[in-house]
Amino acid sequence: MAEATILASGEAIAARRRFRVLRKLLHHRSFMAGFIIVAVMVIAALCAPLTGVDPNQMRVRLRFRPPSEVNWFGTDQFGRDLFTRTLYGAQLSLWIGLAVAVLSGVVGAAIGVLSAQFRRLDSLLMRIMDALMAAPAILLAIGLGAALGPQTHSVIIALAVAYIPRTARIVRASALVTRELEFIEAARVSGASSMRIMFKHLLPNASGPLLVQSTFVFAFAILAEAALSFIGIGPPPPAPSWGNIIAEGRQFAVQSWWIMLFPGFAISLAALGMNLLGDGLRDVLDPRLKVES
Amino acid sequence: MRLSQAVPVLLIFSVMVFMLMHLLPGDPALAIAGPDASPEAVQKIREQLGLDRPLIVQLLEWFSHLAVGNFGESLTLKQSVISAVGERLPVTLSLSFVSLVVTLPIGIGLGVVAAYWRNSWIDAWVMVLALLGVSLPGFWVGILSVLYFSVQLGWFPPSGYVPLTEGGVGPWLASLIQPAVVLALFQIGFLARITRSAMLDVLDQDFIRTARAKGVDEWTTIAKHAFRNTLIPVVTVLGITLSLLVGGSVVIEQVFALPGIGRLIVQGILNRDYPLVQGTMLLFGFAFVVINILVDIIYTIVDPRVRYG
Repeated sequence: MAEATILASGEAIAARRRFRVLRKLLHHRSFMAGFIIVAVMVIAALCAPLTGVDPNQMRVRLRFRPPSEVNWFGTDQFGRDLFTRTLYGAQLSLWIGLAVAVLSGVVGAAIGVLSAQFRRLDSLLMRIMDALMAAPAILLAIGLGAALGPQTHSVIIALAVAYIPRTARIVRASALVTRELEFIEAARVSGASSMRIMFKHLLPNASGPLLVQSTFVFAFAILAEAALSFIGIGPPPPAPSWGNIIAEGRQFAVQSWWIMLFPGFAISLAALGMNLLGDGLRDVLDPRLKVES
Repeated sequence: MRLSQAVPVLLIFSVMVFMLMHLLPGDPALAIAGPDASPEAVQKIREQLGLDRPLIVQLLEWFSHLAVGNFGESLTLKQSVISAVGERLPVTLSLSFVSLVVTLPIGIGLGVVAAYWRNSWIDAWVMVLALLGVSLPGFWVGILSVLYFSVQLGWFPPSGYVPLTEGGVGPWLASLIQPAVVLALFQIGFLARITRSAMLDVLDQDFIRTARAKGVDEWTTIAKHAFRNTLIPVVTVLGITLSLLVGGSVVIEQVFALPGIGRLIVQGILNRDYPLVQGTMLLFGFAFVVINILVDIIYTIVDPRVRYG
């Protein structure tokens, strides 16, 4: 009976804490600005089919049309409608960003928690992470992306691998602090398994920094995917990725500046939105790194 | 201690780079022989390159070459990786150097200014600028910059590199300033954000209040007490900054057609010249392991409390 009451009040406290975090986020200016930007982009991406235009349909007579009432962002060298292509590009880029953030978050968290829990694994795993960080992330992604072939999923894997080490280190650092707290000691003496300690205690306590880091990885991934596409290691043409549109429009940039202008705005806006979101989450969830606003 | 960690890191990195390049799709022998070559000719090239032997033999051979400083021969350039990298290194180093010279004072300066006048309109504007810096894609800004400053105004050459030894400082700088500033935008944003939060932490501490209370003038308080302590966390991200800088230059070199290491690697990948890519990546890895050790040493100078055994 008494235990049930304690349990209930424990849940109530947790619920109230969640509510407080949510309220803080709702009142955080940069979080809300980022949230609105990202939400609008997601909705725009989902609405892409509503334009009723095939993003890859070529119309030779309509080549190089500047922005107009019919073609809001103009048309490219094949007469394809750039507004439609930019919207479909949003689907592709946001999907890649999300997939990279989730993949590097899950694998990075697993590696971080494992190294914090098992000291023997720690030095091996961390040396592998150091090795992955020895070359600049974008260079590693270029090498991996080239090795795996020009496909959407190889871009996702390449970027995720490039960002795993940083996530793993952040989760490990947080888990190492948690590990020394008394309640972990209590859990251990009361017979909790390593699995239970890792996934029930270490991981939830690292969830704040993990979420913040994943948001920034999302922003990096959008920028890096565009750069990889630009170099020619992204999703293969005619896929309307933002980087592809810019790369293809580049040689016509002097006469037809609009081809590469709008996708660049889209990339900047998406990265800006995720960075704002990340700043807000960091202020609220990770008070240690508090940056007043 | 740092050195003993560096050895396994480099070993693991070397094996990873080796495995990575053997995953590359397409047969390098086929790429060299050309599309019209007979299967026998392709097989002969394959044997010449040693590609027909087991992976582990190739790996061990590669290691034995590395041990004597032989990073391999490029398949397409008919020169050794070391000399190919050596030829292009001055370009990438010059670009990174000019970019760093632009980044450090502006990035750190903006961060300090924003923290000192926190929550003012100055702070707000600096943070908006810093946020734009880390959100704009560099290669896109680079193309726009060429369109405006080179094509429209004709201020700078749109592409290419003039070595220091050929035209002196003026033309050298003119060929680099545009890519260097574009490259610096991200770094400035990154550094300003980190400096600001580091400075805010320091300004909240007791010794700053003590300094002010005992009548130390404001300039000395900020310059001597606050700024020096702000530098400690900033130095720790110096390695990351350099890594971002070199990584960014790989992409920016494509935009401005600068014949640096980034172009070398991207062309190596497109030509399936994997000894070249392998060797170059490895040199990069070695360089950054050394850089990170140097950063640790600088760290012990800035923060005497830290001592590595």
